[in-house]
Amino acid sequence: MSLLEIKNVSKIYGPLKALDNVNLTVENGEWLAIMGPSGSGKSTMMNIIGCMDKPSLGEVILDGVDIAKQSSKKLTEIRRDKIGLIFQQFHLVNYLTAVENVMVSQYYHSMPDEKEALEALERVGLADRAKHLPSQLSGGEQQRVCIARALINHPEIILADEPTGNLDEANENIVIDIFKQLHRQGTTLIVVTHDPEVAEVAQRTVALEHGRLVKEIINNNFEE
Amino acid sequence: MFFRMIKGALFRQKSKMIMIAVTIALGASLATAMLNIMLDVGDKVNQELKAYGANITVVPKESSVLNDLYALDEGEDASAHLKEEDLGKIKTIFWGFNIIDFSPFISTTVTAADGEAVKLNGAWFNHHLSLNTGEELDAGIHSLRSWWDVRSGQWIDEQKDGNENAVMVGAVYAERHRLATGDTITVSTANGSKALTVTGIFDAGGDEDEQLFTTVGNVQALSNNAGLIDSIEVSAITTPDNELARKAATKGPASLSPADYETWYCTAYVSSICYQIQEAIPDSVASPVRQVAESEGNILDKTQLLMVLITILSLFGSALGISNLVTASVMERSNEIGLLKAIGARDYSISGIVLTEIIITAIVGGVAGYFMGYGFAQIIGQTVFNASIEMKPMVIPLVAVLIVIVTLAGSIPAIRMLLRLRPAEVLHGR
Repeated sequence: MSLLEIKNVSKIYGPLKALDNVNLTVENGEWLAIMGPSGSGKSTMMNIIGCMDKPSLGEVILDGVDIAKQSSKKLTEIRRDKIGLIFQQFHLVNYLTAVENVMVSQYYHSMPDEKEALEALERVGLADRAKHLPSQLSGGEQQRVCIARALINHPEIILADEPTGNLDEANENIVIDIFKQLHRQGTTLIVVTHDPEVAEVAQRTVALEHGRLVKEIINNNFEE
Repeated sequence: MFFRMIKGALFRQKSKMIMIAVTIALGASLATAMLNIMLDVGDKVNQELKAYGANITVVPKESSVLNDLYALDEGEDASAHLKEEDLGKIKTIFWGFNIIDFSPFISTTVTAADGEAVKLNGAWFNHHLSLNTGEELDAGIHSLRSWWDVRSGQWIDEQKDGNENAVMVGAVYAERHRLATGDTITVSTANGSKALTVTGIFDAGGDEDEQLFTTVGNVQALSNNAGLIDSIEVSAITTPDNELARKAATKGPASLSPADYETWYCTAYVSSICYQIQEAIPDSVASPVRQVAESEGNILDKTQLLMVLITILSLFGSALGISNLVTASVMERSNEIGLLKAIGARDYSISGIVLTEIIITAIVGGVAGYFMGYGFAQIIGQTVFNASIEMKPMVIPLVAVLIVIVTLAGSIPAIRMLLRLRPAEVLHGR
C-alpha cells in the first residue's frame, strides 16, 4: 500500500479551482518534488497533504486514512504524529532558543526531551547554536532548526514548502545534503519548490499548472 | 516546556507584557482607591457634614408634647427642663463613640442697661468633661457652630479662669448698641443682674445675631434654674436610613420583630441613637433634625454611588484596554500560534498558554495597582477629607476577583480570534 494516495482531488474557492482533479501516489521512502510557478496550486497541495486543509472533492489517503473525512481534531493528531513540516519562512518561535523550538514539537507530540532535541540539532550541524534565539541565527541556521524540529518526532513524511527559497547557495546545499541523508535513512520527503536545482535532486518530480498535474519526471540520475 | 514557553513569552516580550501590566495596574489602582474610599467615605463625609451642626435635638418630654400640641418654638415652655448633670450620660449609650459633640442650651429674656429686652442664651463653649468611663472630652458650640464668623474677639474659653462672666454678642445687636470686644453689658432679670464682658462678636447669619451667648451658669442664675437646661443639641455620626430605620422612626421600635429590633438598635441610624439618648436621659425626647440627617444620608448615598460608577467605568476602561492589547498581541503572534497548531497543539493548550501569560501579567499588574491605589486613596483622602483613608482588607480579594474577571473578559475577543486561526491561513496565506 502506498503511503499517500491522492485521488481525483479538487480544491475550489468560488469560481477558482486551486486544484483540479489531481491524482498522485507517493510511496514509502520516496523523495518527491512538486514543482510549478506561482499560483499553480503548490501551496494548496501542501496544505492538503499536511492536513492543514481539506479537499473540496476527492480522497487523500495517508497511511490508510482518508484525511478528507476527518475532523479538525483528528487532523491535528495526524499532523502531529505523521508529518514533519518545513517552511520557507522557517516559522520559529522568536522568544524560544533553537533547542526549545525543537522541544516545542516534542511537547505537543509526547514528552519534551532536551537531550534528544540537542541530538536532532547535532544532526543538522547546529549543536553549538542550541541556546541561541532565532534572531541570533542566520537564515540557513534557522532553516536547519526548522528541519530538526520537523524530524524530532520521527514523522512518516517530511513536507517541505520552498525549503531553500530564502537561502543562499551555500545554505541551499547544506539543506539538500540533509535531505539526501534523510532519504538514505528511509524518510519519505515531499518538497514543494519552484527551484529546478532543488527538484532535480529528488527521485521524482511532478509539475503543477493551473491546479492540474501536467508532468511527471523520473530522475534517472538520482543519487542514493 | 509549558513554563519555559511562558517564561520565554514573558521575559522576551517584556515591552508588550509591561504595557498589559500597566493597563491592568491602572484599572486595579483606580478600583483599589475607589473601593477603599467608598468603604471609608461614610465616616469621612459624616465628619465633614458635622460642620453643618447638630443632627439631633433633645428636649424635655413635657416640652415636646406641648410643642407637638401647640406648635411652640423650642424652649418656649419655660416650665420643663432637663438636668445638666445628665449630659455626660449621652456618651455612655451603645453608640456613644459616634457622638462627636453636644451642648446644652438654656435661655431667658433679660433686660439690658438701656431697658431693651434681649434673649440671653447659655451654652457650653469648650466645656471639659471627665466621664466615669475615663474618657475626657471637650464639648460645646465652639465646634458645634463652626460656621459662626467671629468678627472680632474670640470664642469664650471656658477652661480659662476669669471667663465665667464672658459673653458673645450677635453682630446685629453689637452694631445697634455700638459694642466692642472688652465692653461690659449689664443684664438683669427679676432674679438679679450680671455684668458680662464682651469676648467676641459673631455673625451667625440668623436670629442668633440679635442675641447674647454666655455660659450656662450665668443663665441658670438669672432664670433661677440652677442645674437645669432647656435642650441639648447633639452631633452624631449616623448611618443613612434604610427601610428598617424608616419603619422604626415612623411606627416606633415596638413595631419591629426582635431580630429587626436588634439590627436596628445595633446600627447607628439616627433613630436608634435618638432612642438610646432617650433611654440615657430621663424624661427626654430626642429627635433628629430631619433635614440635616436626610441631607447627610443623601450626600453619602450619592458619594458612594459616584465611587461605584467610577470603579465600574475604570474597570470597563481597563477591560477595553486589555482586550485591545491582548488582541493586538495575538494578531502579532498569529504566525507563532499558527505554527503551534500546525505542529500539533490543540486550541485549549494554546489558549492555556495565552491565558496563563495574561493572568501572570495581571497578577503583577494587580499587585502593583493595589499599591498604586493605596497611594491614590491617601492623596484623595488628604486632598478631599484632610485625613488618611483606612485600607480595608476586604478590598484585596474584591480587587483580585475584579481583576481576574476584567482580564478574562478583556481576553475573550483575543481567545476567540485565536481559536478561529487556521494554520494554513497564517503560514501560507491561505
